[in-house]
Amino acid sequence: MRALALLVALGALALAPAARGGDPPSAADLEAEIVCPVCETTLDQSNAPIAERMKLFIRERIAAGDSEQEIKDALVAEFGPGVLATPPKRGFGLLAWALPLAGLAAGIVVVSLLARSWARSRRVAPVAPPVEPELERRIDEELARFES
Amino acid sequence: MIRRAKLVGQGVAVGLVVLLLALFAWSLATEEGGTLAAAAARGERPPAPDLTLERLDGGGELALSSLRGKAVVLNIWASWCIPCKEEAPYLERVWRRHRARGLVVVGLDAKDFRRDARAFVERFGLTFPIVYDGPGDTLGRLGVTGFPETFVIDREGRVVDVIVGAITSDDDRARLARAIEEALGG
Repeated sequence: MRALALLVALGALALAPAARGGDPPSAADLEAEIVCPVCETTLDQSNAPIAERMKLFIRERIAAGDSEQEIKDALVAEFGPGVLATPPKRGFGLLAWALPLAGLAAGIVVVSLLARSWARSRRVAPVAPPVEPELERRIDEELARFES
Repeated sequence: MIRRAKLVGQGVAVGLVVLLLALFAWSLATEEGGTLAAAAARGERPPAPDLTLERLDGGGELALSSLRGKAVVLNIWASWCIPCKEEAPYLERVWRRHRARGLVVVGLDAKDFRRDARAFVERFGLTFPIVYDGPGDTLGRLGVTGFPETFVIDREGRVVDVIVGAITSDDDRARLARAIEEALGG
């Protein structure tokens, strides 16, 4: 029991630095996730004056020790939520993430329903083609002979 | 069962198309898209949209409608815009020269960092009121096509003239002076 507690404590110590801050955010990643408000492309695709200024801001904030979320929040406070290339996974922005998933789920349901009905229609025994009169006569004769 | 599902699917698809068409019609109806400038150029006086924006100095909000009864020169600018730097000192002079006659110059800083905008105001010694629109949401309502742009609005809140680009040449300054006189009712 004591050994287990020691193991847990050591594990917690090992994880502590990551929990405190982890790796600093990457400027390149952030530039790909932030939209230039003038040219409407991501910062890494733009050299507009405001895009260059925003890149500088990101580097300043990284150097100051801000997390990725803090930097994004600061940019949203200046330029609004439209500055994020992907909508936030909370509040109204959650709708943009949920709707495609809901659409996918609805598509799966529709396809599975169609597949089931198709499979059911295939299970019905096929109608046998009509027997030719000559063949029917020969079968009757064979049966009569067999029964006699 | 299948027929019913088909009908529901078709109903949903038609509903979505109708919704998209309605959204498209709404965007066409609400987007000014330079129509203010075009209407003013034809000699009409279209009503200016009523904008309410935060003041850059942190002193609450400023609504354009609160300036009714005064002539307004609304200048759209940003600290990163080089032509904006060229015309800023002139706009300050216009404000000082005409304010006693009932003219208000309002700067609208858009798509900019507040900190940079405040540094710009300090650098050029601007004393007229400045409002801030970081996301630039109001630019579409004004039909702004670039930076800078200057709207001259009369005492009844109607647009007299829209000057696209920096007011740096003698012609531009004469045009602004004429529009101001018209807006003041002189």
